Amino acid sequence: MPKTLFDKIWERHVVDEEPGKPPLLYIDLHLVHEVTSPQAFEGLRLAGRKVRRPDLTFAVVDHNVPTTDRNLPIADPVAAEQIETLARNCRDFGIRLWDLHAVEQGIVHVIGPELGLTLPGKTIVCGDSHTSTHGAFGALAFGIGTSEVEHVLATQCLPQSKPRTTEVNITGRRRRGVSAKDVILALIARNGTDFATGSVIEYTGEAIREMTMEERMTVCNMSIEAGARAGLIAPDETTFAYVKGRRFAPRGEQWEEAVRDWKELYTDPGAVFDRRVELDVSTLAPQVTWGTNPGMGTDVTGVVPSPEDFADEARRRAVERALQYMDLKPGTPITSIRIDRVFIGSCTNSRLEDLRAAAAIVRGHKVAPHVRAMVVPGSGLVKRQAEAEGLDRIFREAGFEWREAGCSMCLGMNPDILQPGERCASTSNRNFEGRQGRGGRTHLVSPEMAAAAAVAGHFVDVREWF
Amino acid sequence: MKPFTQHEGLVAPLDRVNVDTDQIIPKQFLKRIQRTGFGQFLFYDWRFREDGTPDPDFVLNRAEYRQASILLARDNFGCGSSREHAPWALQDFGFRVIVAPSFADIFYNNCFKNGLLPLRLPGEVVDRLFAEVQRRPGYRLTVDLESCEVRDGQGWKTGFDIDPFRRESLLKGLDDIGMTLSKEMQISRYEQKIPGYMVPTEA
Repeated sequence: MPKTLFDKIWERHVVDEEPGKPPLLYIDLHLVHEVTSPQAFEGLRLAGRKVRRPDLTFAVVDHNVPTTDRNLPIADPVAAEQIETLARNCRDFGIRLWDLHAVEQGIVHVIGPELGLTLPGKTIVCGDSHTSTHGAFGALAFGIGTSEVEHVLATQCLPQSKPRTTEVNITGRRRRGVSAKDVILALIARNGTDFATGSVIEYTGEAIREMTMEERMTVCNMSIEAGARAGLIAPDETTFAYVKGRRFAPRGEQWEEAVRDWKELYTDPGAVFDRRVELDVSTLAPQVTWGTNPGMGTDVTGVVPSPEDFADEARRRAVERALQYMDLKPGTPITSIRIDRVFIGSCTNSRLEDLRAAAAIVRGHKVAPHVRAMVVPGSGLVKRQAEAEGLDRIFREAGFEWREAGCSMCLGMNPDILQPGERCASTSNRNFEGRQGRGGRTHLVSPEMAAAAAVAGHFVDVREWF
Repeated sequence: MKPFTQHEGLVAPLDRVNVDTDQIIPKQFLKRIQRTGFGQFLFYDWRFREDGTPDPDFVLNRAEYRQASILLARDNFGCGSSREHAPWALQDFGFRVIVAPSFADIFYNNCFKNGLLPLRLPGEVVDRLFAEVQRRPGYRLTVDLESCEVRDGQGWKTGFDIDPFRRESLLKGLDDIGMTLSKEMQISRYEQKIPGYMVPTEA
């Protein structure tokens, strides 16, 4: 019987199956960070349990870390205690940790792929919803809660009920200035923030095949914003070329064996998905969100909608509330929305290609006088490479702040937050109320669009800049 | 984990779709390393104004819902971040059941790990419950996990579907890590056939 890519990975990982119980799934890679792990380690201690596979477990600090000078002490004592707790837990349980001073330190979903830990065919979990990012490699990767973090630490397994499958077929060729971020934002805007709840998405189609690994990661990253359990893309030569030679990637004969296995990871012709969604990107415009969830977005050429545009009563009230929170009036052209802040970073858009794309727009321009803009590279290695290419100079000369790696203003757990009422063009993944700081107003955009908005001081159609 | 068999309590209505976990517990409260004490931060930005005083208009601040232990909500409740702090905060605040037409996956899963029951009921039933809460001050429900039934004191009742294994785990308050550990033989056998390239080694 023809199988989907998801079926193949799932079947390879079932450790045990009993009638009436969810199958027990083996986990190949467990990534750990400081925020969702302390209570899990505490649980292990209380029960007298060990970490079963420290060699499959890797930790990094990213969520609450300052992005300023790493030689200064951390001002927030509660954050400092959480960071120190992770260090102690990693020492006690024998887990490899990249701490604040390691060049490898960075956002967990940036460093996994970068270090060659993320591989096709793996099952990957992390106490973070954006674990879906790793699905870009054809790995089944999903976010879990702290109780499940403890479960995986103790057993390297998770009981999981089998999700449904959704194929998202993306066709057409993107125009210049339309990025992978615009593809995923448009997909969610058209289908809703819960269209894939309970299912794993496989992204297929020519538009996906033509994407680089970093673009694929951007798409898979925001699968959770569609409600999906995970996002998947079948591995191909692009994937293998990206993985080869990375620090933890297989080498020599093991590499040959791995690639042979990975070439089996595709959806068989005739395999059936529970659902299929189409998106043609050939006429797609850059996207800007206007509301308080990632599905509340539109073309940069569009206007802020009116609650009356929505048929459903509950949605209408949600839109009304969102517009009030965002301080926007129906009918306002997107390009007339003036911004105060720009954030280029997050596990969605902080990789080298993102920074290159933003720098190409910024080069030779200045950030608008009323705008404060910052770039937060996804990892220390991204930062180092960007500096080697001179990207930091382009950003600095334009008036951007150039920071150390971390999650930063994507969720504002560290000191990088918006002030009440501030409006931000952000390359992150969530525009929820208060996400970037209480009263802060977030508009999700691509790195190119964020860069252009920084210069113009309001949203602009970046396609006109090429 | 504390077992859940049956719960009777006051219903508070939270009439908003897509309530995300950033609203349930904002990020500034995620730095604590304990599992307890998150109730005080529940819906923080909605419960408290910027000056720190309670917003009297927010439903959970109204006197008639002070004692609520069942939260009535709308579609896609708990979307966004995987933070288990969300169910911890709801439970610590005093909730034992969340009723909604649909839940986000990770949140749904996290609830079961903590003895908090996320109860899916059809949209029209949830609509009816919102209307009842409006109409009858002090509206209470009994959620019976043993008989898979919800009823009010007025003679109304409805059955509900729930995954049998999840139901069993809640009823018995099972330690699911313990259950997995009892599969030691199967796990070890599985590990022996994992290809070598799957285990990270450094160049």
